[in-house]
Amino acid sequence: MSALHAIVIGGGMVGAACADTLARGGARVTVLEPGPVGGGATAASMGHLVVMDDSPAQLALTARSLELWEALAPALPPQADYHTCGTLWVASDDEELAAVEPKRQAYLAAGRRATLLTAAELSRTEPQLRPGLAGALRVPGDSVVYAPVVARFLLERAGATLRREAAMALTDGGVRLAGGVVLRADVVVVANGIGAAELLPELPLRQRKGHLLITERGAPAVNHQLVELGYLKSAHGGDGDSVAFNVQPRPTGQLLIGSSRQFERPDRDIDWPLLRRMLRRAADFLPALARTSALRVWTGQRCATPDHLPLIGPHPHLDGVFLATGHEGLGITTALGTAEALGAQLFGEPSALLAHDFTPARFGRVPEAIHA
Amino acid sequence: MPELTLDGLRVTARPGTTVLAALQNAGLSPLRRSLSGEPRGALCGMGTCSECRAVVDGVTVRTCLTPVRNGQDVRRLLEVNRDF
Repeated sequence: MSALHAIVIGGGMVGAACADTLARGGARVTVLEPGPVGGGATAASMGHLVVMDDSPAQLALTARSLELWEALAPALPPQADYHTCGTLWVASDDEELAAVEPKRQAYLAAGRRATLLTAAELSRTEPQLRPGLAGALRVPGDSVVYAPVVARFLLERAGATLRREAAMALTDGGVRLAGGVVLRADVVVVANGIGAAELLPELPLRQRKGHLLITERGAPAVNHQLVELGYLKSAHGGDGDSVAFNVQPRPTGQLLIGSSRQFERPDRDIDWPLLRRMLRRAADFLPALARTSALRVWTGQRCATPDHLPLIGPHPHLDGVFLATGHEGLGITTALGTAEALGAQLFGEPSALLAHDFTPARFGRVPEAIHA
Repeated sequence: MPELTLDGLRVTARPGTTVLAALQNAGLSPLRRSLSGEPRGALCGMGTCSECRAVVDGVTVRTCLTPVRNGQDVRRLLEVNRDF
């Protein structure tokens, strides 16, 4: 009996995790990636492994993914920089602090640890934060990772064949490459982030640009990934441009500083006024940043869906085509849970994640496009 | 002539020259160490390679782009601190 042949379109974190799961299920895997492995949204990301409770499905997916990351961590190469620094969700005022307890209860119910820090405990834990903050939720199990290294590691572990070619179109039972060659496969997994919108324009995907900055070594010392509790408001607050305080300590003594969100900005250019807003916001929380030099600034494109949940599962109309895209800002965190959910659908294995609907069919009937 | 301090050493430098030139004239090399402890110094001398970084008055700068000024305190980055 010949093994199942699977093509994974996209060699980023999500594609690599899917390739790894498919290979462990016995499939022969070919990955199509025209650029460097993990060179797209994966390289543009912060690599924050974070439990988020925006919806029950998101909480289940992120919490399960953190368990899978913890299981994977001992196998990772040191260059993956995996580190459990935990997250502090920082409350600016009493109103934000009041939102902490329901969030804490949600995390506990999902099997994650979470503790409340008072204002005094917060300033002892992170002395570089400005005085006068109301407190924080500490989620000690959250981690950070340098994702491009993990993507490469998972593809190697999968024994996947890497073809440095772009998928131009999905055909009946395969993929047409840029040169016109058609690769046949039993299963095609579309896992190329916002690139999926070009292959399958009928999908409800939008690109959402983000900026990141990394400082010089010798930045103000921070012990946790720091995110303002207002992040969710700004992250999902609407279609306008937004920024939020989000910094991450790197093992080099540098700080990675985010975050920004912009729809309909498909270019890679730096938006300097927006970057200034983002940095002012960061310096508002960490005043010492104002005297820190930047080393590099870059942008990336998140792939967003209308309900902020990824598309994981069969394409509603195309036989053998599965989707693993639309992860917005959580692709690194949820790559492993995504792969588990996909594997469970393909191989009929049990997964608690199947209790939630991540399939593209949840959006009802998507308009049928013609696929050559 | 501007007077500045390079790792505690008081020197004078010609106005209009760079901090990098002052460091090199004082024989202070390397300028910093990489995370794995390798010595590093100016490579391009025109602000592109970022290898000539040092701390001037508490701020990390590219010394090749930083003009000398009177009273500057310049420190090389020779210690390696990797957190984990």
